Amino acid sequence: MSVVDQAPRFASPVDQRMWSERIPAPWWIFGLILLLLPIVANDFWLFQVLGWTFILGMIGLSLMFLAGYGGMVSLLQMSIAGMAGYMVAILGPSGAANVSLGLSWWIVLPAAFLIAALFATISGALAVRTDGIYTIMITLAIAAAFFYFTRQNYSVFNGYSGFNLVLPPKLFGVNWRDPLPFYYLSLGCAVLCYGAVVYLARAPFGLALQGVRDNPRRMAALGFNVTAHRVAAYALASVFASTGGILLVWQNAQIAPGTIGVSSAIDVLVVAVVGGMRRPLGPFIGAFIYVLLQVFSTDILGFFGFAADRFKLIIGIGFLAIVLFSPDGVLGLWDRWRAGVAARKAATTGGGA
Amino acid sequence: MDNFIKRYPLWSLIIILLVAAFLWLVLASWPPELVASWGRKQIFLNALLGGITLGALYFLVAAGFTLIFGLMRIVNLAHGSLFLIGGYLGYEIATASGSWLLAFPVVFIVVGLIGLLMQFFIFSKMEGEELRQTLVSIGLSIVFADLMLWWWGGQSYSILAPQFLQGPMELPLVSNVNASTGAVIWLRYPAVRIWILVAAIVIGVAMWLVLNRTTLGMLIRAGVDDREMLAASGVRIHIVFLAVFGFGAGLAGVAGIIGGTFQSLSPGEDTRFLLASLVVVIVGGMGSIVGAALGALIIGVAEQMGFVYAPTYSIVLTFLIMAAVLAFRPQGLLGTRR
Repeated sequence: MSVVDQAPRFASPVDQRMWSERIPAPWWIFGLILLLLPIVANDFWLFQVLGWTFILGMIGLSLMFLAGYGGMVSLLQMSIAGMAGYMVAILGPSGAANVSLGLSWWIVLPAAFLIAALFATISGALAVRTDGIYTIMITLAIAAAFFYFTRQNYSVFNGYSGFNLVLPPKLFGVNWRDPLPFYYLSLGCAVLCYGAVVYLARAPFGLALQGVRDNPRRMAALGFNVTAHRVAAYALASVFASTGGILLVWQNAQIAPGTIGVSSAIDVLVVAVVGGMRRPLGPFIGAFIYVLLQVFSTDILGFFGFAADRFKLIIGIGFLAIVLFSPDGVLGLWDRWRAGVAARKAATTGGGA
Repeated sequence: MDNFIKRYPLWSLIIILLVAAFLWLVLASWPPELVASWGRKQIFLNALLGGITLGALYFLVAAGFTLIFGLMRIVNLAHGSLFLIGGYLGYEIATASGSWLLAFPVVFIVVGLIGLLMQFFIFSKMEGEELRQTLVSIGLSIVFADLMLWWWGGQSYSILAPQFLQGPMELPLVSNVNASTGAVIWLRYPAVRIWILVAAIVIGVAMWLVLNRTTLGMLIRAGVDDREMLAASGVRIHIVFLAVFGFGAGLAGVAGIIGGTFQSLSPGEDTRFLLASLVVVIVGGMGSIVGAALGALIIGVAEQMGFVYAPTYSIVLTFLIMAAVLAFRPQGLLGTRR
């Protein structure tokens, strides 16, 4: 598939403009719309639809980072997000008082990121022992093992019931679970993660990672440690997934083994593939489509005369259609449409004069 | 064998001692001290046999998976769905016709046909694009899972074994010795599981014979090694692909009937058996039939033993085996590096 053949887009070395001037105008308009959206959108849209989109997008982004730049399609990202979420529930306060430690947030959050990164690093080190198509099998197996483990283990993960009443800390006197603060919180995190991926893709590490993706033997011959780059990519990607996972726990106020099941792991892959795995924006677009379908499945399915619980069928068929007809996702469709328009324009104006 | 003993005398001694201890555990009557610390021998034997029969079932599912992977490089993540389709169809046929045995050929053909169609219309169109094929198989598994949930609902089904396979049979294994009379009590075990084990062994041996002693097997082995060269030498490789895909799918379907007979069928079993075959194939070595048999045996026994002796950590045991294999022998126990 074409996840593996993207040429890195360098920032031109002679570009002396300020960073703010290099961002094209449509992005500023888009950002302004997102910032001002709460004026028109109601709480349901802010909290359920867009909040969830950003969370799912961040978890998808961590997969996109690994798959698009590292060539490693990992089904593990939901488990890493779940690990961070579980750590917030276990170390911090929750409804299951006999298991949760109830530490304060400034210990809990770094610890959650750290433990999730450790989990990602160890699993990544196992997964990169083999490469190519094996990665998907091994990460799926690890994800499933983690799911069954959380379901069986009662002393740490509180088994089948998981944790409820996991609430964000009331920092600066704001209840971060209210729709408006949560919208801005998740938007801010998503923008940070997006910016981090865009930056990393052009940083020396990101370029080396893309080199490893395209030709590991040549990179090894040039003196790059291929395995270390891949494992480091897993560790870095875990930061985005963990951010999404912690926000997910706060949004739902609970976490249980069902959150990190095999179908959720596959949903993350669906989100990233549908959006397009070549650019960091893809997962967010995929997540938006997924969430819209999920939230409005009753109406959409009712329109076609199906029962509301056939949501998975729609997702599956849509995913199949994307994989079969546009392997680089919705963004790929958009690119091809733009290229087509440009070609027609060039034809009418006499060959790009 | 002699070479191995000469080269690794210490390892040979350890292996011989382990095998002897294992045989003693299985064959001898346990002394009271062992019973006090480990529980009754019957529990151990039941867990062991349960593990071996579960391994037989895992082997039937994983054999098709590993064959398809080895030849076509397709990670068919819809393999678990084929298992569940086979199980449901087997249930329908067995209840409608009243014949358990009739379900096997019918399910083998129908599910094999589904596999043929998948290969013919989808996978063969994107040959060489491994990731895309895998993604398509994920999409197919989502669609299949929901269609099956739609048709058969969320409840669990169980296929009834026929009369002549019901009830226990006595095995020539000592379960216990009556202390006062000295009479030997033999182990009793469900007959249907023993017959399934026998059937799996027969199928496994037959597959090995076909692969190693026939022209078709020669073509398949050649294709596993280098399919471009095989195609270049005039073999219609697509027909071989179709045959292998159909056979692997049919085998998964048949395994579905067996799974439905000694466990039950419900939504979610497809992922369970898909994961079991993934782990079996990772442990045993990808693309190797003997590896699949070895992996299935190890995983089945580990799962049952863990279930009996350390219930909270049974899944961790399976996972640790997989992690250890990946860490020390990433290509699997009997796999070859390509």
